[in-house]
This record gives sequence, structure tokens and C-alpha cells, in this order.
Amino acid sequence: MKLIDANIPSAWRGPYTLFKKELLRFWRVAFQTVASPVLTALLYLLIFSHVLADHVQVYKGVPYTAFLVPGLIMMSLLQNSFANSSSSLIQSKVMGNVVFILLTPLTYLQFFSAFLAASIIRGLFVGLSIYLVSIWFVDVPLVHPMWIFVFALLGSALLGTFGIIAGIWADKFDQMAAFQNFVIMPLTFLSGVFYSIHSLPPFWQVVSKFNPFFYMIDGFRYGFFGQGDVSPWISLVVVMAFLIALAWACLKMLKSGYKLRG
Amino acid sequence: MKTPAIQIHDVHKQFGQLNALNGIDLSIEQGEFFALLGPNGAGKSTLINIMAGLLRPTIGHVSIMGHDVIADYQQARMALGVVPQELVFDPFFNVREMLRFQAGYFGHGPENDAWVDQVIEGLGLTDKAHTNMRKLSGGMKRRALIAQALAHRPPVIVLDEPTAGVDVELRQMLWGFIKQLNREGHTIILTTHYLEEAETLCERVAMMKQGKIVALDTTANLLKSHAGKNLRLTLKGAHLPPALLPMLKHGELGVFTLALSDLTQVEFALAELRKANVDIEDMQLIEADLEDVFMSLVGGV
Repeated sequence: MKLIDANIPSAWRGPYTLFKKELLRFWRVAFQTVASPVLTALLYLLIFSHVLADHVQVYKGVPYTAFLVPGLIMMSLLQNSFANSSSSLIQSKVMGNVVFILLTPLTYLQFFSAFLAASIIRGLFVGLSIYLVSIWFVDVPLVHPMWIFVFALLGSALLGTFGIIAGIWADKFDQMAAFQNFVIMPLTFLSGVFYSIHSLPPFWQVVSKFNPFFYMIDGFRYGFFGQGDVSPWISLVVVMAFLIALAWACLKMLKSGYKLRG
Repeated sequence: MKTPAIQIHDVHKQFGQLNALNGIDLSIEQGEFFALLGPNGAGKSTLINIMAGLLRPTIGHVSIMGHDVIADYQQARMALGVVPQELVFDPFFNVREMLRFQAGYFGHGPENDAWVDQVIEGLGLTDKAHTNMRKLSGGMKRRALIAQALAHRPPVIVLDEPTAGVDVELRQMLWGFIKQLNREGHTIILTTHYLEEAETLCERVAMMKQGKIVALDTTANLLKSHAGKNLRLTLKGAHLPPALLPMLKHGELGVFTLALSDLTQVEFALAELRKANVDIEDMQLIEADLEDVFMSLVGGV
């Protein structure tokens, strides 16, 4: 197999190689990294729509099943972007093979970009797969494709960055699982994947507005239906702010060599 | 004068209260075959990790081929290939892919594939080039690890205990390959617990103890200056005369090895044996080896 094209200038080859390795890493186990999240999302869709379709209408004129699709896409996209960078880093730390990257002349910025780009690709790919499968069963409008793309990209970048931070911070799989189950999962489930926050009691509506995941999902959903719980511009600002803050923290960690170099 | 392959200047490294390195000064010339010896915990791996940029020195500077490992880390890392001590590997890829990736991180592309194949062949990995790293035996993983350090064709190669837990045949093969790299101009630095390896391979040796270099010389000089010869006696009586006990290095089953500081001690030993009426069955004068130097300098830790 050809790994590196001869046309790529040599200054770009280092980060490109790392990016390509990260892509191949999940692609080699696509059954686990792509097929299974798609199946899981479909099961959610099947069960929730079966149980709730006739009882809930969140937006006027939007059937619950259609409402659910963008939420499920975004949820899987976020989880998979996070999983890509975090699992790669924790694995290579525990196995010890992270040393092969640390011995190279790659800069911390190149390290960050390569892991981030691979996470974004995995997130977008899983999201797109779920979309393509679900439109066989459900009619989902596409009112503002640009907003859909912008929030998909920012969401996968945000969680990819979060994954790098978690992967560097965690020393063992146990801590990573705790991160995933106690931080990522609750934030995702409480962000309005399955409901509109307007259906919540006022107190929980306020709480939800402190959850960055809510803005990613709401902005993303706005792209499909042209309506949401808040303006997509507000969501954009909030998501961008979180992305910048996390990227800054992540780059600071990488630059200092935190937990990677002594 | 050529730039030294490795220049270490007054390097200290502290881990909390522990002083792992206490002022290391060392210069290794290009083309040398150099050994770093010392007991576990002497600081060898810490020093290597500082050269590789995996650790930062608390004080001091290290440069590889004239490039500072911190200020000019990219150039320094390009010039250095490190074989880690632990058998680490990436379970997702096969041997050839892994080596091409490794070279790729250093900016190499398809033009480097011929070198990668040469390394694969030189280390006897040809049959395993398409085997996943996970499925390799321990010995094969060790070869792959060495190949990975060489993938970007570094002029300076550091091997941290490359033959730990490796069988004799593979050890011979590895040294054959590494000697050839040295002949082609690569600088080789190794740490090993097998002192006879350092003795036969390396021109120069540094011995470390508790974060300091306690001896630094050519192998020949170290052998000459730090250790006398040994006298091995096979005696009929199972006991050694008490006067000879201070010279005893080890003895069992009637075979005793005495350390001699100089040759006149042979006479003394023989006289004592005659006095005690002990018959000598066999007697051998043995050249000192690095182990003796090592024990006399580092021993008693």
C-alpha cells in the first residue's frame, strides 16, 4: 500500500503521515468504529419513534421521528470524534508506542492538527452514514445545509480536541471510561437529543443553557428544520467560544509536554 | 575537528527529591561505537531519554550532531534513532507499514522505501514484512523495534539494552547488523548488561553509578588500569589457606578464583599453599574482563 504520495512536499509529510495513520487506525476496525454507531443510532430511532411518534410533537409540522434524526446524527458524531483521538492516545500511552511519535521532529501544533483532523473525519463520516441510512426510513428536510455543515464541523472539532485533552490526561482505561460515562454521556443525553428544552421545567431549561452540547445540537437541528430553541447565531458564538477555549488549553498542554515528556 | 555526534554538558536531572543525574559531561565522536554501562538505576535510561527529548534536563545541555535537543529539537531528532528498552509496538499495522509511517513522521516519502526494505532485510524481517506487529514473536518484535529506530536513516543510533532477553543467535545477528552500520559511518551508543558484549564491540566505555560517570576510557585502557589478572586454582583440599582469603573473588567445589593486583602475588599465593600443604590440581592465569573493572568501580552497590 502506498502511504505517502511523492508529490507532498517534505515539510508537510510528517503531520500528513500522522493524520493518515490515525485515519487508517479507525478505518481498519470500521466495523467497530463506523458500523456499530450507525446501528446503535438506528436502534434508537426505531425504538423512540415507535414509542413516542404519536405522543410528542416538538416543532409545529415536524414529526417526532424527523425531529430525532439530527439529534441522533449529532450525538454519534460527537461521541465518535471524541472516541477517535481519546482512544488512540490512551491506547498508545498504555501500550507505550506513543514514544514513536514523541521521538520525531513533529511540532506540538502538527501533533494537534493531525489528531484533530482524523477525529473530524471520523465524526463527519459516522454522521453522514447515519444520515444516509436514516433517510431511507424518515423524511428529513434540509432547510439550511450550510448551518448543518458548520455545526457538524465545529462539533467534531470540539469533541476531537476534548478527546486529545482526555487522552493526554488519563493514565489508564478506567479513567477514560469514567470521562466518557460521567462527562460526555450525561452532557450528550441532557442536551436535547431526544427533546426540545422548551418541554423541560424552567429550572432545567436554564441548566441546559450551560451545556455546550445543547448549542451544537440545536444549531445543527436548525439547519434541518429552520427552527430551533435558540438562534443559530447564538449557538455559533457559544460553540466557537468553547472550541477556542479548549483548543487553547489543549495546545498549552501539548506545548508544555504535560504527561508526555518529563 | 568534526562536530561530536553527541555532546553532553553538565547535565543534571532531578525527579522530586531524587537526583537521577548528577552532572554528566560526555562527548562522543562521530563514528564511535560507545557503551554506557552501569547497574539498574544508575541513570543510563534517563540520560538517553534526555538525548531523545523525552525528558528535559533540570540543568545542562545536550546536542546531537551539533543541534541542541531543546532549542533545535527538530534537527536533533532527525539525527537520532533511539531503540527503546521496552518492547513497545503499534497493534494496528504490519511491519512494513509501521516503518514507512515512522520514516514519514521525519518527512521521508517513497524515496526512502528502498532504505526501509534494506533495514527489513538486514534485520531478517523479510518474511514478516506483512505480518501485523501483534502477531510477531518477542524476538521479531525486538528486531522491528530496532528497524523502527533506523527507518529515517539517522547518523546517530542509541540502543537501550537491545539484547535483553534475546537468544544467542539473534544477538549475533543483531550485532552483525549494527557493526555493519557502524562501518558505514553511523555512530552507535548502547547500554547493555552483557559486559562481554561491550568488551568485544565497543571502543570506548563510560561506566555510570548513581547518576555520575565513574569511568570513561577506551575499553583497552580500562582493562589495563582498573583490573589485574585472575588466578584460578583447582585444589585437592577443599579449603583455602586463611592468608589468601582477602584475595578470594569466588570459590566453590575446590575451584577458587583469586584477584591479583600484580603478578608477584602469584608467588605469594603459591608459597601460602605450600605452607599449608595443599596440592594444586590445576592452575590458570586469566585476563581481567570488563566485568572485573565494572565490579571494582561500581560494585558493592
